[in-house]
Amino acid sequence: MRETEVLVIGGGPAGLSAAVEAASHGCDVTLVDSDLALGGQLVKQTHKFFGSEAEYAGTRGIKIAKILFEELEAAKDRVTVLSNTTANGFYPDDGVVALVKDEEEYIRLRPKKTIVATGAMERLLPFPNNDAPGVYGAGAIQTLMNVYGVFPGERVLMIGAGNIGLIVSYQLMQAGVEIAGIVEFMPKVGGYWVHAAKVRRLGVPIYLRHTITDAIVEKGVVAGAHIQRVDEKGRPTEEIRKIDCDTICMAVGLIPTAEILWQAGCKMTYVPELCGHVPQRNAFMQTTNPNFWVAGDASGIEEASAAMVEGRISGISIARALGRIQGEAFQERYLELWQRLSNLRAGEVGAKIRSGLEKCSNCGCDWGEEA
Amino acid sequence: MPEEPQNIVVCRCEEVELEEIREWIDKGYDTFDELKRVLRVGMGPCQGRGCRDIILREISRRTGTPIAEIPCGTFRPPVKAIKVKVAAKGGDR
Repeated sequence: MRETEVLVIGGGPAGLSAAVEAASHGCDVTLVDSDLALGGQLVKQTHKFFGSEAEYAGTRGIKIAKILFEELEAAKDRVTVLSNTTANGFYPDDGVVALVKDEEEYIRLRPKKTIVATGAMERLLPFPNNDAPGVYGAGAIQTLMNVYGVFPGERVLMIGAGNIGLIVSYQLMQAGVEIAGIVEFMPKVGGYWVHAAKVRRLGVPIYLRHTITDAIVEKGVVAGAHIQRVDEKGRPTEEIRKIDCDTICMAVGLIPTAEILWQAGCKMTYVPELCGHVPQRNAFMQTTNPNFWVAGDASGIEEASAAMVEGRISGISIARALGRIQGEAFQERYLELWQRLSNLRAGEVGAKIRSGLEKCSNCGCDWGEEA
Repeated sequence: MPEEPQNIVVCRCEEVELEEIREWIDKGYDTFDELKRVLRVGMGPCQGRGCRDIILREISRRTGTPIAEIPCGTFRPPVKAIKVKVAAKGGDR
């Protein structure tokens, strides 16, 4: 049995930030990540970030990962990193988290406090032949192309005109892949205008109020797709169009990854604005299980800038719960972080997030204020 | 979406198709765990990561129950498939 003060599950933007923040206040941290290398989605994000300067606006995701790795390196005396390690279960009876490293080693770890920063999984759509080779999620395409340098296909039909669909379409074109079109169920593009404008300038058709009806399969692989116009109520119309493509890429949203939170008995609420079941949390990102904190997409789908600040908020709050920082020193840093988070969520862009958070946040801190 | 669900795979791990899931929902199996017990959805290597969301939406569509009110199943360890020999060793006590 191993012990650690703080266990951080997930080494993406939220988990990395949480780990370095907690370590910077003197906590001993174990950071586990199921992937071979740390960084989460950042390592495939070759585009420049929006958001605010404090959260590296104008910097590419891959570079932000490097900045966080440097911080982690500076804190290496206090942080144990276990990559290729899955947090495979939490056992409430003895507070043990079961880790499986390299698929071979079973490690029992008992943390004092845990931050769940497990991120998200891709939403998939059910349509005929959706299991044929050539149908991908956008995250998989980004991994193939931006991490491993593998060409996903010659001609891609993108499903979803949110930011991920638009950005991945543009990146595919940069790599020399043709985009047959972008299909969007809603009457308008969901992503930022600037991303949509980039792909439109390159002549990519965006089919608004359309849905995919089926993948066309020839010789066992994707050879095209049918898309169908829907009316203003989302009902299918007679207008069906055949698209030639060898790849179909789904960018229709993400779902918070929350298994460990369920196992820890955290109170979970279904919040459509945050794209799934998310834990109730207080203003310290602490869940209803007083030993469990949450940060990033696992707490509701947002974006990496907010995930990094949430990671820091949970990191410093755990440091306080462990008695490593208190009083004014805590307050000053904590309030600064909250200000940064509020800035990211301000205005029209953050309206949906704010309304979602109202359903799962208890800013009155009725529970769990242990320090 | 037309109601002719040929070869719409919902649970890839256990190869369960939408049509089959709809039949069981209409028989009254309208929670995730009930469908899991009769069809094995969510019992493969991904433990429901690919299918749970689609199935909850389908239950909601067919029964008119909001997703928030549909029991979405029990999440037991292991989160990810592990080798039996690794589990049998049980780690350092």
